[in-house]
Amino acid sequence: MVHQIKSSLSFNKNARAVGEPFVWFTGMGLALGVGMILFLLGLIFVKGTDVFWPKSVAFIEFKDTATSNSGQKIAGIITKKQKKITQIVSEEQTEGAASHMEWQLFVGNKDVYGYNFKFFDVDDIEKVTYPKGIINIERLEYGNAIAFPRMLKIDGGETITSDQPSFHKRLKETVHTVEKRWKEIKAIEKDQIGLINLKLNHLNLKAKALENQSSERHTEALKVIQAEKQALEEKYQILATNAQTLRELQRKGHFVYELASGETHKIFIGNLLGFHYPNQMNWFQKFGLFCRHIWAFLSQDPREANTEGGVFPAIFGTFVMTVLMSLAVTPFGVLAAIYLREYAKQGLLVRSVRIAVNNLAGVPSIVFGVFGLGFFVYFVGGTIDRLFFKEALPTPTFGTGGILWAALTLALLTVPVVIVATEEAIAAVPRGMREGSFACGASKWQTIQHIVLPAAAPGILTGLILAMARGASEVAPLMLVGVVKLAPNLPLDGVFPFFHLERKFMHLGFHIYDLGFQSPDSEAAKPMVFATTLLLIALVVLLNLGAIFIRERIRKKYAAGAF
Amino acid sequence: MNDTIELNLEKKERVMIDKTPSVKTNKSNTAQSSEETFSACIQVKGYHFYYGDNQVLFDVNFEMPERQVTAIIGPSGCGKSTLLRNINRMNELIDGVRHTGDILIKGQSVYDPALEVTEIRKRIGMVFQKSNPFPKSIYENIIYSLRMAGEKKKSVLDEAVETGLKAAALWDEVKDRLEDSALSLSGGQMQRLCIARAIANQPEILLMDEPCSALDPIATAKIEELIYELKKDFTIVIVTHNMQQAARISDWTAFFYLGKLIEFNNTKKIFVNPDQKQTEDYVTGRFG
Repeated sequence: MVHQIKSSLSFNKNARAVGEPFVWFTGMGLALGVGMILFLLGLIFVKGTDVFWPKSVAFIEFKDTATSNSGQKIAGIITKKQKKITQIVSEEQTEGAASHMEWQLFVGNKDVYGYNFKFFDVDDIEKVTYPKGIINIERLEYGNAIAFPRMLKIDGGETITSDQPSFHKRLKETVHTVEKRWKEIKAIEKDQIGLINLKLNHLNLKAKALENQSSERHTEALKVIQAEKQALEEKYQILATNAQTLRELQRKGHFVYELASGETHKIFIGNLLGFHYPNQMNWFQKFGLFCRHIWAFLSQDPREANTEGGVFPAIFGTFVMTVLMSLAVTPFGVLAAIYLREYAKQGLLVRSVRIAVNNLAGVPSIVFGVFGLGFFVYFVGGTIDRLFFKEALPTPTFGTGGILWAALTLALLTVPVVIVATEEAIAAVPRGMREGSFACGASKWQTIQHIVLPAAAPGILTGLILAMARGASEVAPLMLVGVVKLAPNLPLDGVFPFFHLERKFMHLGFHIYDLGFQSPDSEAAKPMVFATTLLLIALVVLLNLGAIFIRERIRKKYAAGAF
Repeated sequence: MNDTIELNLEKKERVMIDKTPSVKTNKSNTAQSSEETFSACIQVKGYHFYYGDNQVLFDVNFEMPERQVTAIIGPSGCGKSTLLRNINRMNELIDGVRHTGDILIKGQSVYDPALEVTEIRKRIGMVFQKSNPFPKSIYENIIYSLRMAGEKKKSVLDEAVETGLKAAALWDEVKDRLEDSALSLSGGQMQRLCIARAIANQPEILLMDEPCSALDPIATAKIEELIYELKKDFTIVIVTHNMQQAARISDWTAFFYLGKLIEFNNTKKIFVNPDQKQTEDYVTGRFG
């Protein structure tokens, strides 16, 4: 039986869902946000990696009629091309001006010129060439030198001039030998002599402690200490002599080079760190050098007031401090959140505590720095010094800034984030699971330990990720509690007790500030600032990825829960 | 009846001792009228229960026999689940509850202040309406109550797992994948897992709060079969919405209405020839 459709239902074909335009607005908002982030990251990436790419060196001859530098020759890397400022302001045309541009050149040779960068008027330039024979030398002092190599004199008496075919090879070998010798010197001076100094220091403190109590037994002990000191002193002498010999070898030999202007200079071979012929290299060689530069940046210590060399101590310091901070904040924050959510009677007191914790997240970080200084450094550190390190006083051991106090201060800074995230994660554990646990005869703590916390673990790790991201990039509080411009040694090394938590350390964020605002040559430092910023972002991203990876592993194991 | 508690001085834990009274059920102030005697396992005496100011159970008095299935039926909101959850003191997890009266298990009050509530819960297994396996392996789920009691010997744990799963008729299906996550089972299997978990520690009593309401008929049938087998070893109290289920599987039935116990009797009697008119109206479907 076919049923007839008696009445018709009319649909309004032209109606549109209410609020459609807002979908587009939200999409646009997202696109804008993502675009800004990508732009910022892209800018930092491009400018940061630009530093390491080897660039060609131009050889410039000036006109005889030029207003400045007339008839001179100069060599350098063209770093900037811009319109002359005076032209932009006055908008006048000078007579016979072909262009209105000026170029900034990196000329190197700071020991000769006194500066690294200089602007030159393009109108004054007569000829620009890119000679193949020009060399860019990385030196231990005064930065890079850009010149024509002339002669290499090695300690065996051998003299090779640059026109000989074996010059390039011998130069390479010499640089290699010099590098090895520097490594040996560093191993002797920093590691072995450093160890002896540490032991001597230790013995001195022991002696000082014993001197305060005089008796027969102590005189004996003092004699023993004296003997040990004697042995150490002898070892020191041997090592010092070795180091001295090596240093002498580094000065046995010269490298002679000629600047673009024609002056000849020479440097000891010990001063040579590396070289390349920028105008001769093909893309692959440049890429190889690029990678080597990046590796040197990551693994070496800084030189020349942080404007040259690498940032390895800062990377290490940032990493160790972030890990210590995470280790401190997690138990503290998680236990506090468990108490607030599970055990405390939900009333006015608990609500006020929660409000206070949330407000703590809004306190400016420098205030935490001041608190850390007053409480951790002076009060706690001072007390520890008085109790355990009396002999070293008045030189403070823990009573001054150090990596431990910095980590604890930042842990305080990030604890609200962890508490809030943990509370949310615990609240999201389904009631049924808890009831099941209680019905099996588990006590409250057993339920928390075996059921609630594992199920809340992904959420807790989210809180930890947020805390690490916030903590790793705070700089202001660190300046008061233990970060320095240049640290003599790392907070973790091979010397017992391996963790030297009282040492000051270097930090990437502070390094950026120091480079950008406190360096003597701001133009030279600018590329390093970008490179360090890129590195800091990369480090934080890596730490976060590590934590996310752990979180995903846990999430797979404990499949329940909303986080 | 001896009301003192013996301390097991070796283990320093308080254990519940069997003081099963033999009860003649001919009491005038209860709703029972049968002459049968049975061993009472759970006794509810003059029990009133309040959520804050709201009273939900009014003067409940009855006894549930040992090793038999007692069904508690009644329309929604009549207090069946509340009473069930009070037997193992689960309602105390909610703030603001109070009671007067007493519940005794084999003669010992569950509210005895000298007794730790976890000890009571270890002797009672509970299965919930919505199955709640822990996000752990099947093995870990079953031995959870043993672990919480401190058992560490692997042989004991393995045996408990095998016994529990066999009793729950799940052994053949999962014996090869005990380390798999419990959440990978089907709905019916998960509920049987929860039953296995509830009986793993060999409690005397098994409380079931509408265990089949979220399951399909085949899974339901399997669980009903299970209950029939389990009552040989456990005292089972089951709350159910489904009257036909109560009629199928229980030996004794209690009918509740708006927080009051209307009638408690042999299941056959309740469904064929009830004493109270309200009972008759409910079982014949005049209200639901």
